[in-house]
Amino acid sequence: MNELSLHILDICQNSIKADASLITIIIEEDIINDFYKIIIGDNGHGMSQKTLSEVSDPFFTTRSTRKVGLGVSLFKMAAEMCNGSFSVDSIVNKGTVVTALFEHGHIDRAPLGDIGETIMILILNEKDIDIYYEHIYNNKKYVFDTREIRKVLGDIPFTEYSVILWIKDNIVNGIKNLQKEETK
Amino acid sequence: MKSLDDLKKIRDGAQKKVVMRGKHDGIRILVGMATCGISAGARPVMNLFVEKIAERDLNTVTVTPVGCIGECAIEPIVEILQGEERTTYCRVNEEVAERIFNEHIIGGKVVSDNVIGKFRL
Ligand SMILES: Nc1ncnc2c1ncn2[C@@H]1O[C@H](COP(=O)(O)OP(=O)(O)OP(=O)(O)O)[C@@H](O)[C@H]1O
Ligand SMILES: [Mg+2]
Repeated sequence: MNELSLHILDICQNSIKADASLITIIIEEDIINDFYKIIIGDNGHGMSQKTLSEVSDPFFTTRSTRKVGLGVSLFKMAAEMCNGSFSVDSIVNKGTVVTALFEHGHIDRAPLGDIGETIMILILNEKDIDIYYEHIYNNKKYVFDTREIRKVLGDIPFTEYSVILWIKDNIVNGIKNLQKEETK
Repeated sequence: MKSLDDLKKIRDGAQKKVVMRGKHDGIRILVGMATCGISAGARPVMNLFVEKIAERDLNTVTVTPVGCIGECAIEPIVEILQGEERTTYCRVNEEVAERIFNEHIIGGKVVSDNVIGKFRL
C-alpha cells in the first residue's frame, strides 16, 4: 500500500468488524521533531491477550475466508521500515488502539494520500458508525466529526451522495489549508 | 469545519428528494474493501461509483464497502445486486468500473468481460 490513508482505511475495517460505533483517527505531524504519528482507536469488542500477542503475525487471523491476516502486519512493517515503531493495545469489550510512528522525513515513508476518500468510504459502511478525525500539523489542527455533521443533517442520510462529496471536499481542503499556512 | 452553510443548502435540497427513495427497485453496488481489495485498488473504484451516482443524482442506487469475499487473487471485486439478481465482477479497475456503471447500472446490460458468476439466489 503506497498511501498511509490506505493503511488507515484497512485498519479501520478491523474496527468495523469488531462492531465499533466510534472510530477515532488522530494524525500528528511534527516536522521539527521529525515524526509522523497515526493513532487509530475504536470502542469495538477488543481482543483477548492471546489474540493481541498474535495480531502482528501475518499468519494469524480470526477470519474464515483465508488463512492469513495481513492488515496489521503490513502497517507495522511500514512503520518499522521508517525508523518508527508500532503498537496495538486492546481491552476486551472496551476497544482497541493502534499506534504507528514514522520518521517524518524518512525516504520510505508513504504520503498520506487521499484521506478524504478513506473517510468517505468508512462513513458509507453499512454499520452506522461515527468517525472523529483530528489532524495536527506542527501547531495547527483540523478536526472533522460525523457527530457534528449529523446535527446539521437531521434525518438526511450520509448515502445522500451530494453530502458525502461535500464531506470529502471539506477534509481535503482542511488538510491542504494546514500545510498552506505553514509555508507562508 | 468550514462551509457548514453549503452543507445546509445541500441538506435542504435533499429533504425534497428523500420521499422518492425506496419507491423503486434499487440497485446495490458492493465493493470488497478488506486488505486484499484495498491493496488491489478498491478505494478509487468505490470513489468512482460515488461520484457517478452523485453526478447523475440517482436516487435508487447505493454503493457500500463490504469485507472480504475470499477471492483475493482476483480483487478488486464488485457485486451488483438488483432484485433477485447478483452479478459478481472481478479485477475491477476504474476503467472497468466506469463501464459497469454506464453499461450495467444505467444500460441494464452485464459487462461480460469481467464477470465471474451470474446466478439466481
Ligand atoms: N480493532 C480490532 N478489534 C478487534 N480485533 C481486531 C482489531 N484489529 C485486529 N483484530 C484482530 O486481529 C486479527 C488480524 O487482523 P489483520 O487486520 O492483520 O487481519 P484480518 O483483518 O484478519 O485480515 P485482512 O486484514 O488481511 O483482511 C483480526 O482477524 C482480528 O481478530
Ligand atoms: Mg484487517
